[in-house]
Amino acid sequence: MAGWNFPEDLKYAKTDEWFRVEGDIVTIGISDYAQDQLSDVVFVELPEVGRQLDAGEAFGVVESVKSTSDLYTAVAGEVVEVNSALEDKPELVNESPYGEGWFIKIKASDLSALESLMDSTAYAEYCNGRE
Amino acid sequence: MGYIPHTEDDVKAMLAAIGVDSLDALFEDVPSQHRFPTLNLPEPLSELEIATTMETLSWFNLTTSHYATFLGAGAYNHYSPAIVNQLLLRGEFYSAYTPYQPEVSQGTLQATFEFQSMIAHLTGMEAANASHYDGATALAEAVTMANAIHNGKRQKVILSPTIHPQYREVVRTYHQNKPFKFSGDRSGTATLLDITDMVDENTMLVAVQYPNFLGQIEDFNELARVTKTHGALLCVVADPVALSILKPPGEFGADIVVGEGQGLGIPMSFGGPYLGFFATNSKYVRRIAGRIVGETRDLEGQRAFVMTLRPREQDIRREKATSNICTNQGLMALAACIHMAALGKHGMKRVGELCWHKAHYAADQIDALEGYSVDRSLPFFKEFVVTCPRPVNEINQSLLDDYGIIGGYDLSLDYPHRGNQMLLCVTETNPRAEIDMLVKALREIAEAS
Amino acid sequence: MPQPDVPTTDIPSELLRDELPLPEVSEIEVVRHFTRLSQLNNAIDTHFYPLGSCTMKYNPKINEAMARLDGFANIHPLQATDTVQGALALMYRLQEWLREIAGFAATSLQPAAGAQGEFAGILMIRKYHIEQGDEKRTKILVPNSAHGTNPATTTMAGLEVIEIGAGPDGEVDLAVLKAVCDEHRDTIAGMMMTIPSTLGVFEDDLLEIIETVHSVGGLMYMDGANMNALLGIAKPGEMGIDVMHYNLHKTFSTPHGGGGPGSGPVCCSEKLAPYLPGPIVTIVEPASDEHEAPLYGWQMPEKSIGRLKAFHGNFGMHVRAYAYILAYGNQLDQVARHAVLNANYLRVQLHDTYNSPYDRLCGHEFVVEGRWKDVPDVHALDISKRLIDYGIHPPTNYFPLIVPEALLIEPTETETKATLDHFVSVMKKIAEEARTNPQLLHEAPHHAPVKRVDEVRAARQLVLCCQPLPAESTSDGVSASSEPEVVA
Repeated sequence: MAGWNFPEDLKYAKTDEWFRVEGDIVTIGISDYAQDQLSDVVFVELPEVGRQLDAGEAFGVVESVKSTSDLYTAVAGEVVEVNSALEDKPELVNESPYGEGWFIKIKASDLSALESLMDSTAYAEYCNGRE
Repeated sequence: MGYIPHTEDDVKAMLAAIGVDSLDALFEDVPSQHRFPTLNLPEPLSELEIATTMETLSWFNLTTSHYATFLGAGAYNHYSPAIVNQLLLRGEFYSAYTPYQPEVSQGTLQATFEFQSMIAHLTGMEAANASHYDGATALAEAVTMANAIHNGKRQKVILSPTIHPQYREVVRTYHQNKPFKFSGDRSGTATLLDITDMVDENTMLVAVQYPNFLGQIEDFNELARVTKTHGALLCVVADPVALSILKPPGEFGADIVVGEGQGLGIPMSFGGPYLGFFATNSKYVRRIAGRIVGETRDLEGQRAFVMTLRPREQDIRREKATSNICTNQGLMALAACIHMAALGKHGMKRVGELCWHKAHYAADQIDALEGYSVDRSLPFFKEFVVTCPRPVNEINQSLLDDYGIIGGYDLSLDYPHRGNQMLLCVTETNPRAEIDMLVKALREIAEAS
Repeated sequence: MPQPDVPTTDIPSELLRDELPLPEVSEIEVVRHFTRLSQLNNAIDTHFYPLGSCTMKYNPKINEAMARLDGFANIHPLQATDTVQGALALMYRLQEWLREIAGFAATSLQPAAGAQGEFAGILMIRKYHIEQGDEKRTKILVPNSAHGTNPATTTMAGLEVIEIGAGPDGEVDLAVLKAVCDEHRDTIAGMMMTIPSTLGVFEDDLLEIIETVHSVGGLMYMDGANMNALLGIAKPGEMGIDVMHYNLHKTFSTPHGGGGPGSGPVCCSEKLAPYLPGPIVTIVEPASDEHEAPLYGWQMPEKSIGRLKAFHGNFGMHVRAYAYILAYGNQLDQVARHAVLNANYLRVQLHDTYNSPYDRLCGHEFVVEGRWKDVPDVHALDISKRLIDYGIHPPTNYFPLIVPEALLIEPTETETKATLDHFVSVMKKIAEEARTNPQLLHEAPHHAPVKRVDEVRAARQLVLCCQPLPAESTSDGVSASSEPEVVA
């Protein structure tokens, strides 16, 4: 256990994204575990605002010097906002994965897909199991 | 034998350490029915024998150092200062691997950075990569990049028919299993206006050549404007030697500039190894295939260089990489870098001017000959099209047999409507006497027929 | 450059560029600049270079001389074939020799590098299936230990990758393979394999793997990166491989050039021969009483996948490989025998100090773990960087991906026993230092031109090109230069 932080109010996917629900708006980022595994994030590629995403669709890429990972959304919907601060400061993903390091906000068309995701306890176990 | 240094005692001692009794025993894991086949190859030769055998073989080739050469069409007889070959022979450069360990590869890395910089400046673009196999494959990679930028949502690539025919073949080979289509060059007769009219919302890339395969300098300003309006990308295949004097493609709106760098200090060597270059603007650098060197600092703050944007590449991205390229033409990029540094700004410009003046001198003389006419519909750089009184292959045979001249390229091979048309190339390596001899020969050949 | 010796012709000003932002420096400065740069490199000519999967063997000087012969360096690729019979004869014989060495029916010298050879092979497999009316065969099986080029090639060819996991021995798990073949049967186009594997071992189930893929109608592609272990030892074509590529810049000692040029000829069986990339060299008229030598010419294979590059491949590399094969001739197996001897010798010598995950006879290379349980903070990277301090180029790090903290070591046949013994003693010394003074490793290299470089900074603040100096400062043609100063 490397002391990762997994806030209880979020849902987590096996591909290490977190989802925060506020009404029908879902914010997506990557977990503390994921940013730790990636190490220094050097680049984030995000979609255009207005793009329609299907559940399970890749919407972007996060890159460190040693690896690169696709970003997936578990919920379908329209991209309503992207975190443009990451363009100049990709390190925000490392420094504040649940705060300033968020990626996109989606206006979800159906929230039910979130029910199959992990809560923080299950996700912590999942991460420990991968170590 | 060969380059294996071991003595018999060494081998014995090493086998003993391993715990086997013979070299054969090292291969027990190889299926026995396939182990140790016969090699039907010649007897080994000493270095002296290799040298004489190969020299003898090389005499069966007529070389451009013994024959006046007016053949271009994508491979050019340009002069390279002696220091290029001398420096290229440094084992520290040529016997090094790809610079994966930056601490012991700063030489290769910095030279590559300088090459990238010179290519970017020459083409008028913001960034260039470390090289591709040749101009043709660089163009094929430009198509891949345009497709990725459009997320695979556009289905049309427009190729000008005046792009080198072999480049267009290579692009089609690369993308034979892809859903998008190539158009524009099938008939070989489409004009720049036709090409411009074809650009639409489904077009991902328009590719043209500058100067084109026929040596002509076309005006791409309007094409660039229309391409941009439709959200497509414009790729210009450029001759870097011509760019020493001509407007850089970055100035008239190119999004990608690729080309063949052979003219920058690399011998013709029967077609390779050559040097593909690839330049684009900053917003697309993360889409470039292949290696890129970036400047950074070491942990003590010293300026240093390192391969960067690595996660795009095949060894990390694997099946999600857009290209599989790893080994490129590193040493050829170094040759071009030294060549440009040695000639310098003024030397490079002078080469461009010499090509221009000599080609125009030759064209004027030939155009004045009975039976020949030079296409002057567009300005040209070092190559131009001559319509001849007889089939080009016959003229070339006579030039070679009777005058010791390697003649031009037979355009009817690729453009059926260009019967009797020859593409002639004149560079700084053709002295006036050679040009005069060519003119005299062409006149006599016409008179004899 | 001389003054023009012909009357000049005006160049229309609207065609001209305003400025040419290139450096202007004296010849001696150029010579010193690049000579100094060269001295910042490690290379085979200066250092032992046991870089796994790269075959960093000695590059014979005679090969360089041969490639620079006037008759090879100064010929135009589009010259009439009767004026280049020497070059065509050389290419034809090289095609024949490469075919013979690997047990195949035909060769194309077109591909410019191994990755392009792979690409050719996969395109050939795909086109073969299409010609058989088997359009639905779009899947290529790739072991998870494969070089990254294998899956990347598959995608680039428009096909789909199915990854095959390794068994506990690091080899292709035959049961997994059979299950996958069962599941995907008539959609399998083929499989890509490296022999010996990227772990440096000959797979025990090799022939069964080939048979399994063939049994569902798939074709076998072999990544020939490791042919240095197979020369004269076994012929892949005779073992059932359908198509493979060589890396002339690995196996046949043409230099790596600091990243290229390479050359990646592709060889194949009779049934794939019509699909080879072309043109290839063929005999147009056999030798006769009148003509002692046959007449060579170009031929496009009947159902060719097409042309992979302009002209005829990296001919300069063909010349070097030709000279190299002449030196060994029918005793080429000595190369593989001694390459494998050297690798196994190192393997047993390092056995007690570094953990080998797959401890058995190896081919021309072997993998160890660059980590120890008792010093968990020391990584393969630290060991590699410390080797630099001892004047040895690091082995390949972190590949194959299936071995944690991998160090892939390939000594090649051209190294002496004394060099190998020195390497062993250095590796043992480093293992000791890892325990007594790990900081020495973490901060290594101490004796290189630069310390560890900041890759994060390079990627976050991209500087890919130096800025040209303003026009006025370069217009005088003296030594105002846009070149960076030398790092030293």
